[in-house]
Amino acid sequence: MDVLFYGQALSSPLMLGTAQYPSPEILRDAVLAARPGVVTVSLRREAAREKTGQAFWSLIQELGVPVLPNTAGCHTVKEAVTTAHMAREVFGTDWVKLEVIGEQDTLQPDVFGLVEAARILSEDGFKVFPYTTEDLVVAERLLACGCEVLMPWGAPIGSGRGLNNVFGLRALRAHFPGVPLVVDAGLGVPSHAAQALELGYDAVLINTAVARAGNPAEMARAFSLAVEAGRLGRAADPMEERDMAAPSTPVAGKAFLG
Amino acid sequence: MLITVNDETHDVAATTLAELLEELGYRGARIATALNGHFVPALQRAATPLADGMRVEVVAPMQGG
Repeated sequence: MDVLFYGQALSSPLMLGTAQYPSPEILRDAVLAARPGVVTVSLRREAAREKTGQAFWSLIQELGVPVLPNTAGCHTVKEAVTTAHMAREVFGTDWVKLEVIGEQDTLQPDVFGLVEAARILSEDGFKVFPYTTEDLVVAERLLACGCEVLMPWGAPIGSGRGLNNVFGLRALRAHFPGVPLVVDAGLGVPSHAAQALELGYDAVLINTAVARAGNPAEMARAFSLAVEAGRLGRAADPMEERDMAAPSTPVAGKAFLG
Repeated sequence: MLITVNDETHDVAATTLAELLEELGYRGARIATALNGHFVPALQRAATPLADGMRVEVVAPMQGG
């Protein structure tokens, strides 16, 4: 059965960011290759004479993929809440990927501000996708605020390090079996995405790994295959790990050649 | 009247937020606005008066992760 994100199924477990591509054409090629379930977008100041945002919006509309606006770069609850309101009006969706950044080196979430902003926005009708850590207590608080999806980090944003805390992510999955979980941030190569889906995560959000690849469109396609492989692998019920070898070729009937 | 828009100061004739956007050439653009740090919905721009020294933010869709 399809996992529902606030009642909506996604066409793919791949969420793709739209930032940092070498050109709009390369972004378009990457989205067409990845066929993501959503693309993430943001808001920035617009100068009347340049209208760069209008051109970007035309491109996104042409691609026809649902958008998930973010509050990237916000460091306070007030900034994040105001940005979410502006995003709701501009993008015409009540979905918001809520980021309240707490630390400049790791760009890790300020989980205290995150919980507060999530509560304010949920009460105001937003469907909040909180960028969080794998902390179980914070996750509980976010769900209690009205969040129906959690987006824990794999590793610091843009680091490409993969799943830094597999144990923590596994625990989060086990604690909240019915909550859609998305690994957001830090994935670098397709195998990281496959691993997240194998752990039972419902989706991954990728940006830098595709945008900064030598060939973004091919990397986008690779990630799209990886999430599919990971999802199928999870559904097929993987074997259990063991510490010692166990021969896969039957021993019985082997010729005596000693 | 001096109004700061996205950190640039403009000397404008506009007396409301809607008039300001028109005067600066934002007509028809897909944008959102904030006045002194508070979100102002599109429908309220015409009824939002400006005063000297106010700070306006105008944002539009942009690439994001």
